[in-house]
Amino acid sequence: MEKLVVGSREFSSRLLVGTGKYKDFQETQDAIVASGAEVVTVAIRRTNIGQNKGEPNLLDFLNPEEFIILPNTAGCYSVDDAVRTCNLARELLDGHNLVKLEVLGDEKTLFPNMTQTLEAAKILVEDNFEVMVYCTDDPILCKELDDIGCVSIMPLAAPIGSGLGITNPYNIEIILENSNKPVIVDAGVGTASDATIAMELGCDGVLMNTAIAEAKNPILMASAMKKAIESGREAFLAGRMKKRLYASKSSPEDGVIR
Amino acid sequence: MNAKTIGIILNGSEIHLKSNSLKELIDSLNLSEARFAIEINREIVPKSQIDNYTLNDKDEVEIVIAVGGG
Repeated sequence: MEKLVVGSREFSSRLLVGTGKYKDFQETQDAIVASGAEVVTVAIRRTNIGQNKGEPNLLDFLNPEEFIILPNTAGCYSVDDAVRTCNLARELLDGHNLVKLEVLGDEKTLFPNMTQTLEAAKILVEDNFEVMVYCTDDPILCKELDDIGCVSIMPLAAPIGSGLGITNPYNIEIILENSNKPVIVDAGVGTASDATIAMELGCDGVLMNTAIAEAKNPILMASAMKKAIESGREAFLAGRMKKRLYASKSSPEDGVIR
Repeated sequence: MNAKTIGIILNGSEIHLKSNSLKELIDSLNLSEARFAIEINREIVPKSQIDNYTLNDKDEVEIVIAVGGG
């Protein structure tokens, strides 16, 4: 598959995956390997005080030399917290400036607070971060984020962790039409067909976590998602047939035995 | 090293330290092998400055790592 170009980087896979909700780091690693994803998101959190020597660390299982680590600002409800988190992430990852910005508005829906998201995006872009931004599927706000200089627009398809699928494909289509940047559906995918639908619409990629981590068999679902993304992309590039109301014969009319 | 102790806020909790060396604090937390980042009084402390960094009384220290997330 052709590479996905986001800002100054090229990704070999159009599936981006999260690292939350797995049983342990080994399962996280196995699922990510099965997904073929190159970009993996992580959260930034306070370390446990008095952690044991040699306690396993997520990044021992996901080597930043092998994967593109995408730190998120999950859990941040203000511009200030999101910007601080990005600065800490950049230091933690030795100057790596690619971040997933999310400024949340509400615990129950985890919908983004878009006024705060726009403000944080401006600050981060000015500070030379490459910002991939989680946002609502409002085409006007997505265009604003694009104009600010975010490197990827990442509208939600449904609430985070809901698995409801692509609830508003029409908005996603409009966002795709308006955008000069890669559009990556972030959140809402529940199963493989949802990922395919997003890709068939023309999305440049899909970011998911719960759909894989909460599957009964996460490793198998990771593999399914890999294929779903690839088939959806190929179908989009191939260009689907027109829908018609009535049947159209596939076999020749002539030569039917009587 | 100071003889008296200093009090800092580490990840939201008050603790008392016998030494004002940031390096010693990191070592005592068993973090020296890990990937982490430090912010003191809302300013990032680059890795290169940790060894010579002196903590002050009432410093607010945040130490973060990468964890699973989406």
